[in-house]
Amino acid sequence: MSEAQAEKKDLGQAILKEIVPPPEEEAPRKSFWKSISIPALAILTGLLIGAVMIAATSSTVWAAFGQSIWKGFGRAFAEIGAAYQALFTGAIGDPVRIVRALGSGDAREIRSALNPFLESLVQTTPYIFTGLAVAVGFRSGLFNIGVEGQLFIGAAAATYVGYAITGLPGFIHMPLALLAGALGGAFWAFIPGLLKAKTGGHEVINTIMMNWIAFRLTEWLLSGPMTRPGSGGMPLSPLIQKSAEIPQFFQAPIRFHLGFFIALAVAWFINWFLFKTTWGLDLRTVGTNPRAAKYAGLSTTKSIITAMIISGALAGTAGAVQILAVNRSMALGLSSGYGFDSIALALIGNNTPLGIVLASLLFGTLRNGATRMMVVSAIPIDIVDVIQAIILMFVAAPAIIRAMYHLKKPKKEEATIFLSGWGGK
Amino acid sequence: MATLTQTIKHRRISEVSPARRLFMGIVELIIGILIYVLFAARLAPELLTTFNMTPGGIDVGQLADWVVPSRLTLTIFAIVCVGIGAYQIVKGFGRATNGMVGLCGLLLIFGFLIWQASGKTLNLSGMLSSAVLLAVPITLAAFAGILAERSGTINIAIEGMMLMSCMFAALIGSLTKSAVLGLLGGVLSAVALAMLHAVLCIKYKINQVVSGTVINIFSAGMTAFISQKFLQKYQTLNNPPMFTRIPVPLLSRIPFIGPILFNQNVFVYMMFLILIILQVALFSTRWGLRLRSVGEHPKAADTLGIDVIRTRYVGMLLSGVVAGIAGAFFTLGSVGRFDEGMTAGKGFIGLAAMIFGNWYPFGALGAGLLFGFADAIGSKLSLLGSAIPPQFMGMAPYLITMIVLAGFIGKGQAPAAEGKPYEKE
Repeated sequence: MSEAQAEKKDLGQAILKEIVPPPEEEAPRKSFWKSISIPALAILTGLLIGAVMIAATSSTVWAAFGQSIWKGFGRAFAEIGAAYQALFTGAIGDPVRIVRALGSGDAREIRSALNPFLESLVQTTPYIFTGLAVAVGFRSGLFNIGVEGQLFIGAAAATYVGYAITGLPGFIHMPLALLAGALGGAFWAFIPGLLKAKTGGHEVINTIMMNWIAFRLTEWLLSGPMTRPGSGGMPLSPLIQKSAEIPQFFQAPIRFHLGFFIALAVAWFINWFLFKTTWGLDLRTVGTNPRAAKYAGLSTTKSIITAMIISGALAGTAGAVQILAVNRSMALGLSSGYGFDSIALALIGNNTPLGIVLASLLFGTLRNGATRMMVVSAIPIDIVDVIQAIILMFVAAPAIIRAMYHLKKPKKEEATIFLSGWGGK
Repeated sequence: MATLTQTIKHRRISEVSPARRLFMGIVELIIGILIYVLFAARLAPELLTTFNMTPGGIDVGQLADWVVPSRLTLTIFAIVCVGIGAYQIVKGFGRATNGMVGLCGLLLIFGFLIWQASGKTLNLSGMLSSAVLLAVPITLAAFAGILAERSGTINIAIEGMMLMSCMFAALIGSLTKSAVLGLLGGVLSAVALAMLHAVLCIKYKINQVVSGTVINIFSAGMTAFISQKFLQKYQTLNNPPMFTRIPVPLLSRIPFIGPILFNQNVFVYMMFLILIILQVALFSTRWGLRLRSVGEHPKAADTLGIDVIRTRYVGMLLSGVVAGIAGAFFTLGSVGRFDEGMTAGKGFIGLAAMIFGNWYPFGALGAGLLFGFADAIGSKLSLLGSAIPPQFMGMAPYLITMIVLAGFIGKGQAPAAEGKPYEKE
């Protein structure tokens, strides 16, 4: 065989290697502890840094340090303890009270003792949707930062269908409003998807721009065409019809609703879609190995647009569920930054639906607890953002966590998701 | 897999692909037609637009009012755009392609103004003066982007760096009662974040977009936390002295341009100073050649003995310095107070300006001025009693950003190695 031929054969082999999609990871399952150690340590470190922030920004702690160093430390630990205790009882409930309520057998007392926990599930629900939205994007190599805007548009669409259409029975009206939300979000994500596929305009900037446009648009809608009569120009929509409401299970003030289970079902569905269907495989191949996808004849244009539409639909559903189940009308303070939080969520959950549900539970619990922490210890709720950013940093850079806690390096590098530069290449 | 088809691209900026030439020509034609159909054809022929020339703050270099016949001027604009479009399709402008589209965009905006102000008076000098001021953070953000990306690291954390600097400038400025020290404090805080970004991207090689997102979330949370904990509680902490307007002797007396460009605060002069320094340093010094080579072909640069890692750190830290100045502008040069989230996506718009300007300082300045102009129009039009809702005017900069990204993302003119961590072999 001549040299040229040998080279040719090697090239063929190499291309073949590229074309064949990587085999599903049947490799020995990582032990539970190993797969959870990095996120767990990241969360722990995030909470520790949050504790330092609480102590460092407290004037009483500084005053105590002025007296003596031991008093300072004592005061610092007392403050941190009080804050995190408030976080815990706000998120899960007061354990003593729960035990006593269970012992008494009084159903009303049990419900109200468990309310913080149920409220955490309410807070978790939008996170599941938005986390899935980001993950579907990531899996196909797209960075959808526009979840926030898609959520707003979805919510606006669901609100409109919710109040403007009358006389429908609940089992049609409610799903219809949900569908409107999903479509609204999908449309808002379709635009940057199309721009990415056709012109190479980077989705990171485009989705962020779409966020700002969505805020302005909803502000205009809510103070103009969709405003509540008599609200005096305040950006607020009318209340949705009773038939469009997603039912809450208990009486007020407990807001736990059906949407949580819808979210779990959707998570299961996305899992099935991503890992058990050909479409899902195509998306993932484009995401992890765009060159192989190209050789295999997959259309990147199609998968970029499909992924963005699914991602946007999930984000829109998040907004719709929030309106139909919790708020029942739309105002501008709809979201407390779900869009950016969900990026952290998706990465912590390793872009798997199960991981995202777990991470959402964590974030929902944190945010719910932080509300109480703000009331009790006067610590601004934004500390949750800081903690989330730190967790995200450590999850994204496991080497730092490994160095901090002297963990061993894994034998094989984790598969990384391919994200492109500005040129879209 | 990278070694399989490694080719070094020789890119010539003067070359524009035929498809792009055609596309741009069509865009210019459409702009011309739009100017005629939307604006010119809908006006009565005798209407006049009066441009008032009072820049404010200075009474030298003023001009008399400038009165133009609305419809005739608009028709001329339309003809110019159609002419440019036709020439673009037939022969092409080569290197000047982007500039010509920019010119058409400018005529469109200007035409819009003439149409809106027909039969009324508009303070043109005042508007241009505020456009220059509004362009400062965007242009500086674009410069920050150029410094990072020319050395091969994507910096979408500019927004976060600006926000952090914004807050620290207000805080330290208030504490020390000195605008200069406030600026310094702001810049230092941005540089600290740049260092974090550099360590995460260059040392730990995590995805640069993820790292940027970490910093953006962190900044949003941290600034909101400190703002609520301290700045809102103690108003004296949020009352920094501001940089006032300083007219440049002689230059500010130039008619028309003088008051607009040379009767501004120090941030505007810094913008021009950085422009010149950046242009000379990047393209006329050995240092600049090295920095760019690291962004284009780090392996080759390494072979020639350039310290790739070190150069990238330097690029990123300088990017932090410039982003810090951009952030401090909001509190010390414009508003005089810190508000949560007050950078409002200007960092991202700056990145778009960088892309629009082809990673060249002068291009970035041009794009920044265009965005500033679009921003200034919004506020002026609401004064004219325009029928267009202010929210829609507020969308303009974001829409323009998206259009720019879709149309101008030049084929492969971004630094070739950006986004890829450098692995020494």
